[in-house]
Amino acid sequence: MSSPSPITHTLDPAKWIDNYSDYLFRYTIIRINDHEISKDLVQETFFSGLKSAKNFEGKATERTWLISILKRKIIDHYRKKNSKKGQAEVRMNFYNDGENEGDWIEERVPQSWDSEVEKKIENKELQHQIDLCVDKLPKKYAMVFRMKTIQEVDTEVICKELGISSSNLWVIIHRARMQLRKCLEDNWFNN
Amino acid sequence: MFKKLNITCNQATTICDKSQYGEASFFDKIKLQIHFIGCKICVMYTKQNVLLTKLYKSKATNTKRKQDSLCMTHQEKEVLRKELEKQNV
Repeated sequence: MSSPSPITHTLDPAKWIDNYSDYLFRYTIIRINDHEISKDLVQETFFSGLKSAKNFEGKATERTWLISILKRKIIDHYRKKNSKKGQAEVRMNFYNDGENEGDWIEERVPQSWDSEVEKKIENKELQHQIDLCVDKLPKKYAMVFRMKTIQEVDTEVICKELGISSSNLWVIIHRARMQLRKCLEDNWFNN
Repeated sequence: MFKKLNITCNQATTICDKSQYGEASFFDKIKLQIHFIGCKICVMYTKQNVLLTKLYKSKATNTKRKQDSLCMTHQEKEVLRKELEKQNV
């Protein structure tokens, strides 16, 4: 008895905008957090999709296939040299050699916060400040931080998607949180 | 054995960050507690970090709530539709 032939999916570019633009856009903006860039990446995804349509074998669904193109675009985006956003250098907070290796650098030692901080956390404007501070991080840090902390995506999934190891992820998270802490402190907590 | 339990502030704060997501191992947490005995700075860092986690969690909740309504505008979609039609001839 022969096994039934697997379903072969087809492409229908005329319906891409209606069927997938919202899905792809949302997928992008939660990683990039920028409307214009997300829109551009979705557009590039559709264009690349058209160009490589002849290579579509029909094994995956149209949506899965488009997402795989988009994922590569997103990775390319964050690998690109940091432009205006994400220019902040990653500060070193610990000595990285010598007998003090791993200790806090004196001027980077965390300072105590004023007693009002807990009340300030409830403030809605602070939520916006988080975005401003995350945008100052290097792109890769910003994306890993957003996915892990704001989107609460599993570590394994992020590592797979971005091609990084879990120890690499934790170093990024650690540095991102350090930098954000400083940014929030300068702009909010100590004001 | 004791050497293994001895960690730097850099390692301690990394473990602290990991544990904000509930992903620090039991052994990591023991090392962190031992580090706390001799390091008040990292104790303070941890307390502040817990507050920040609370803040980020509320940000996560608010962001997810708004997320479903994120999309391109009708106009942007129409521009894109025309571009796509041009390419697809």
